[in-house]
Amino acid sequence: MTELSLRGAELDKTRMVRLLQDYGVYAGVVVLFLVNVVVTPNFVSAENFRTQAVQVAPVLIVALGMALAIGSEGVDLSVGSVMALSTSLISLYLGYGPWIAILVAVLGGMLVGLANGSLIAFVGVQPIVATLALMVAGRGLALVLLPQLKDIRDPGMAALGSGGVLGIPYLALIAAALAVAVAFVVRRTTFGRRLLAIGDSRPAAQLAGLPVRRVLIGAYVLSGALAALAGVLATARLTASDPTSLGTLMELSAITAVVVGGTPLSGGRVRIGGTVAGAVLIQLLTATLIKHDLPPSWTQIAQAVVIVAAVYAARERGKR
Amino acid sequence: MSQDHTTPVRTGAVLVADEVTKAFPGALALDRVSFAARAGEVHALIGENGAGKSTLIKVLTGVYAPDAGTLTYGGEPVRFGTPLDAQHAGISTIYQEVNLVPLLSVARNLFLGREPRTRLGLIDFRRMHRETDAALRELGVRVDVTRPLRSLGVGAQQMVALARAVAVDARVVIMDEPTSSLEPREVRTLFGVIRMLRERGIAVVYVSHRLDELYEVCDAVTVLRDGRVVHTGPLAGLDRLRLVSLMLGRDMGEVRSEGATKFSGDHDPGTQPVLSAEELSLRHTLHGVSVRVRPGEVVGLGGLLGSGRSETAKAIAGALAPDSGRVVVAGAPVRTGSTPAAIRAGISLLPEDRKAEGIVPGLSVRENIALAALPALSRFGLVDEARIDAVVDTFVRRLRIKASSPRQRVGELSGGNQQKVLLARWLAMQPKVLLLDEPTRGIDVGAKAEVQGLVDELAADGLGVLLISSDMEELVEGSDRVVVLKDGAVVAELTGADVTEDALLHAIAATGEAAA
Ligand SMILES: Nc1ncnc2c1ncn2[C@@H]1O[C@H](COP(=O)(O)OP(=O)(O)OP(=O)(O)O)[C@@H](O)[C@H]1O
Ligand SMILES: [Mg+2]
Repeated sequence: MTELSLRGAELDKTRMVRLLQDYGVYAGVVVLFLVNVVVTPNFVSAENFRTQAVQVAPVLIVALGMALAIGSEGVDLSVGSVMALSTSLISLYLGYGPWIAILVAVLGGMLVGLANGSLIAFVGVQPIVATLALMVAGRGLALVLLPQLKDIRDPGMAALGSGGVLGIPYLALIAAALAVAVAFVVRRTTFGRRLLAIGDSRPAAQLAGLPVRRVLIGAYVLSGALAALAGVLATARLTASDPTSLGTLMELSAITAVVVGGTPLSGGRVRIGGTVAGAVLIQLLTATLIKHDLPPSWTQIAQAVVIVAAVYAARERGKR
Repeated sequence: MSQDHTTPVRTGAVLVADEVTKAFPGALALDRVSFAARAGEVHALIGENGAGKSTLIKVLTGVYAPDAGTLTYGGEPVRFGTPLDAQHAGISTIYQEVNLVPLLSVARNLFLGREPRTRLGLIDFRRMHRETDAALRELGVRVDVTRPLRSLGVGAQQMVALARAVAVDARVVIMDEPTSSLEPREVRTLFGVIRMLRERGIAVVYVSHRLDELYEVCDAVTVLRDGRVVHTGPLAGLDRLRLVSLMLGRDMGEVRSEGATKFSGDHDPGTQPVLSAEELSLRHTLHGVSVRVRPGEVVGLGGLLGSGRSETAKAIAGALAPDSGRVVVAGAPVRTGSTPAAIRAGISLLPEDRKAEGIVPGLSVRENIALAALPALSRFGLVDEARIDAVVDTFVRRLRIKASSPRQRVGELSGGNQQKVLLARWLAMQPKVLLLDEPTRGIDVGAKAEVQGLVDELAADGLGVLLISSDMEELVEGSDRVVVLKDGAVVAELTGADVTEDALLHAIAATGEAAA
C-alpha cells in the first residue's frame, strides 16, 4: 500500500517536471502579465496592448524562421542583417510602389537564405560560420545600397505600420498569421517532418533517403524570407530606412525567444507556440522594467536570467 | 524459501538488488525485482524485448536511481550517483548501445578516463597505443588503434568495449548483449574471456537473446517478464524450450514450434535478377564484388567481420559511393552513391548501426516508421495522418512493437523494439530489393521468428532479399544461396544443398588460410 502510493508520488513528480518544462514559458507569460496588472499603472489599456503587440511583431517573425534553422540543428545569425538589407531594398524600390518594393525585399532575404543554405548543405560549412559570413556581408551590402538613414514617405507603408482592423494593428495580425502558417508547415507538411528528422539525426535521415540538402536550403530560405518581412514591417512602423541600426542584435533576441520557448538547440524539435510565448515573455519583461524606470542593463540581466532558466529546464529534460 | 523460484540465493553475492522498482512515464520497467550477482559465477539475464533487462543493468550501475528498493554491494548498502561511481567501485559495464566516443581513436576510447600520463602530466600516447594494440590482439582483433572508433564496424566496436571492460580491475563485469554483432570466432574469444573472469572470481552478468550461447558459459539464469522476475536459479536442468516458455509466459506446447529459426529457405525465384551489382570497387574495402539477386530469392552474404559485407550493402544502397561498378534494379541502371536514387529504384537498406544511422531518437515511433515512405503517405506535400496511422498500426501489431503509444519517442524504447521500428520503416516502403544488415540483432526469440516469417513472405511475393547475419544458423536457414566474401572480394558461392553451416565455415576458413 505504502509502496504503491510512493510509486504514485514519484510518477507525479516526473509528470510535474515535464509539465513545467512544456508549459513553463506560458506560465511565465501569465504570471508576468498578472504582476503587471497589479503593479504597473495603465497596463490594462487597449493602447498599451497595441504598443506591446507592435513591438513584439518583428522579433516574433524573425524567431519563427530562427526556430526552423535551430530545429535543423543549425542557427541563422544573418537575420538582423537581412532586416537591414530588406529596409535598404524597400527604400530603393519604393518608387515602383510598395508591393513591388516589398516583393524585392523578400526576394533579397530569400537569396541570402539560399546562400546560407547552399554553404551549409553543399559546401558543408558549419551553420554558425556560414550565417556569420552572411551576417557581415548582408549588412555591408545594405549599407552599400543605402549609405544613410532615409525617410519613407509612402501612404501605403505608413498604413501598414500604424493601421489596423478593429483596433488590432496589422503588424500583430501578420505576425499571428505567420505563426499559424509556420506551425502548420512544421506539423503537417512532409517538409516539416523531414526537417525535424534531419535535425535530430542527420546520418539516419540521409540513409532513410531524405532530400537532406533541399530541406536544409528550404529552412534557411524560409528564415531569410521571414527576416526580410520583419524588416519590411519594422521599416513601415518607423517610417524610415536605417540600415545601420535596424536589426542589430536581432539574432540574439530571436534565439532567446526560441530557446526560452522550449526548442532545444540540439535540433529535432520545434515548438512554435513556445516560440511565440518566448517572444512575448521577453517583450513583457523588457516593457515592465522600462515602465518602472530601471536602467537598460537590468533588462539585459533579466534576459540572461530567463535564458539560463530555460537552458536549465532543457538540461533536466535531457537527463530525465 | 528453498522452493521460491523468484528469490535469489544470497550466499557469495557481490552485487544485490532488493525489490527494485523503476517506472517510466507509461511503463513500469522494473516491478520489485530482486537479483544477485555472485563471485565466480556467470549469471544470464534474459527476457523478451522490453522486459526490463537493460533497465535493471542501468539501475545496478547508477545510470538510473531506483524509485524504490535497495542495492547492496560487497555487503554494504550503496547508492551510485553516476555510472562513474559504479565504475570506480569496481563494476565494469558494456551497455547495450555501444557507448564509446565515436570520434576519438580506438586507443583513446580504451583508456577513456584513465589515460596513462607522462612525467609532464600529458597523455602518454605511445604507451596507450602500444597497450591498446596488445589488449586487442589478445582478443584477436587487429585494427589501427589510432583510427577513430567510428570507422570500425559495430562488431569490432563491441570488441573494443569488451577490451575496455576487462582492462580495468573489476569485481563485477556486466555485459548487455555483447554478442549481437559478433561472428562465431569473436564469440568464442568472448567466451574465453568470460571463463577467465569467472576463474578470477569475478561476478559476470550476461544478457543475450541467443539462448544457445547461454549453455556454454552461464551458471545461473534470471528470467524477466514485463518488469518482474519470473524465475531465478541454476541454468543446469532448464532446457531451451523451458526458458522460452518462461520468457513468453506461455506453456511449452505452444512454444515448441517457435524459437527455432523460422526461415523456410525454399523459394521459387524468377529467372531475371531483380538486383545485379556488378564489379563494385571501393578503395581499401571492396575489390570487384558482384552479387545478383532474383525476385523471390534470399541471398546471404557470408564472411568475417571486416570482410566487406556491410560495405557491399551500403554501396548498393547508395550510402557509400563506389569508385567503380554498376547497380541495376529490374533492368534499369541506378545512379550509384545516392541514397534517394537507390530508394526511388526500390532498394531499401536496414543499416547495421541502428543507433547512429538508423533511428531518429527524438521522433515518435510513428514518425520513424513513416519517415522513408513519406512521399507515398502524403498528398501535395501535406502529410496524410490517417494513412500513416493505418500503416503504423499494422506494423506495430505485426512486429509486436512494445511502446506505450505510437507517439512515444523511439529513443525511449528498448533496444530490440528500436530494431523492430527500423524494420517497419523499410517494410513500409514496399521495396523491390531489401538489404538486411543484421535484421534480428537484439530481437527476442518470438519476434525473431515473426521477422523471419515476414521476410519469407515478402520473398514469396517476389521481393529480392540480401541478408547479412553474424548468426550462422540464421544465414544458412534463411538463404537460398550464400555468397562468401573475404577481404572485400567474393571467394565462394554456396548453392542448393551446399548451403550448410559446415560448408560456410569451411569456405571462410579455407580462404582464410589461402590468404594468410
Ligand atoms: N528512457 C525511457 N523512457 C521511457 N520508457 C523507457 C525508457 N527506457 C526504457 N523504457 C521502457 O522500459 C521497458 C524496459 O526497457 P528495457 O530497455 O529495460 O528492455 P530490455 O529488456 O533491455 O529489452 P531489449 O531486449 O529490447 O533490449 C520498455 O517498455 C521500455 O519502453
Ligand atoms: Mg536491452
